[in-house]
Amino acid sequence: MSKVISIQEAAALIPDGASVMFGGFMANGSAEKIIDALVAKNVKDLTIICNDSGFIDRGVGKLIVNKQCKKLIATHIGLNKETGRQMTAGELEVDLVPQGTLIEQIRAAGYGLGGVLTRTGMGTLIAEGKQTVDVDGVTYLLEKPIRADFAVLCGSVVDKNGNMVYKGSTNNFNNVMATAAETVIVEATELVDIGEINPNHVVTPGIFVDYIVEGASQDI
Amino acid sequence: MDKEQIQDFIAKRVAKELSQNAVVNLGIGLPTRVGNFVPEGLAVHFQSENGFVGLGPAPATEDIDPNVVNAGGQPVTIMPGGCFFDSAVSFGIIRGGHVDLTVLGALQVDAKGNIANYLIPGKLVPGMGGAMDLLSGAKKVIVAMEHTVKGAPKILKQCNLPLTAAGAVDMIITEMGVIEVTEKGLRLKEINPEYTLEQVQAATEADLIVDDELQKMA
Repeated sequence: MSKVISIQEAAALIPDGASVMFGGFMANGSAEKIIDALVAKNVKDLTIICNDSGFIDRGVGKLIVNKQCKKLIATHIGLNKETGRQMTAGELEVDLVPQGTLIEQIRAAGYGLGGVLTRTGMGTLIAEGKQTVDVDGVTYLLEKPIRADFAVLCGSVVDKNGNMVYKGSTNNFNNVMATAAETVIVEATELVDIGEINPNHVVTPGIFVDYIVEGASQDI
Repeated sequence: MDKEQIQDFIAKRVAKELSQNAVVNLGIGLPTRVGNFVPEGLAVHFQSENGFVGLGPAPATEDIDPNVVNAGGQPVTIMPGGCFFDSAVSFGIIRGGHVDLTVLGALQVDAKGNIANYLIPGKLVPGMGGAMDLLSGAKKVIVAMEHTVKGAPKILKQCNLPLTAAGAVDMIITEMGVIEVTEKGLRLKEINPEYTLEQVQAATEADLIVDDELQKMA
């Protein structure tokens, strides 16, 4: 069965209240077309896991501005003022996580690990209430896995099996998030036939990908 | 010196800490300027935490590649020989001790090398991004900042804002001088000859130990 679906079909997969990981870093490498479709569908009460909250008009920032998010797990929210406003007003719950910890929590979920041990955050608010583990005389924080119902990712070149290649710095969280969600939906900036990507050049194996949307040709 | 000149003066001094083939991560703002003062003949690999080494300068408008941005989301370039990777690799590089030097700004630094630069409760909540990982993983941490904010000291006996990391800072470079964080406290190693020792101490809440071989900062 083909993994390629329309953008409306992709948006229809995600119900109110879902947890969704979004690839992208300050909107670089984020699935803008699928995000636009989710804004148009006005799906509500999302838990969003993303490096940052993008900008008011780019990346997951559009979902936050449209008040579709009840909780955000991110590392940085400084470039989208609406996120801070909603957080201060009590409209949006925000968990701030160190970047290297967030990516490892996602990787742990996707790689079948019970968590990660890290020195990052020791002696700060991040460590409060968390279990620590001593290994050979060094104390580490235990950070637990983070998984989600959906991952919404973007690949620069994607074949119809879902094999993904990234251009520039667009990989960021995309590759790891592909492993950590029940359902993985990829927006292909360029969709190509099977065989057109050299298997040695594939970064994200297509077996992680459930659905593919051809980004460039889609109208919302 | 105006603000621009002060920032360049600090950045130029930080650049003297760069070494051959070092992997270096520069924070946003003043630290980014260090890239403009790399000593001739030195190969330095700048790391960008969103996923590459070989971070180059901002491109001319007509040369912008929308796929290549820095950790602030701004268009940048990648140098020949650079490479891209995902965030897990990027933070493996950072946390794993493969970054030789990181240069960051700060709201506060204290006598124990504690640093606060990500949160003012109730006022400013941008988030820590990659700063906590950089502070815990980089081999050497330099804080590059203006010595005071609106005349108030930023180098304190003890930080009172939430810490980004405890005991992480190795060196503080400001327009007034170069300070090393030691077990005994803050040691003033170099002083900008435009200031007296008394002026530098007055602008610093923490006690400064003046190095026996105090040098002129240039």
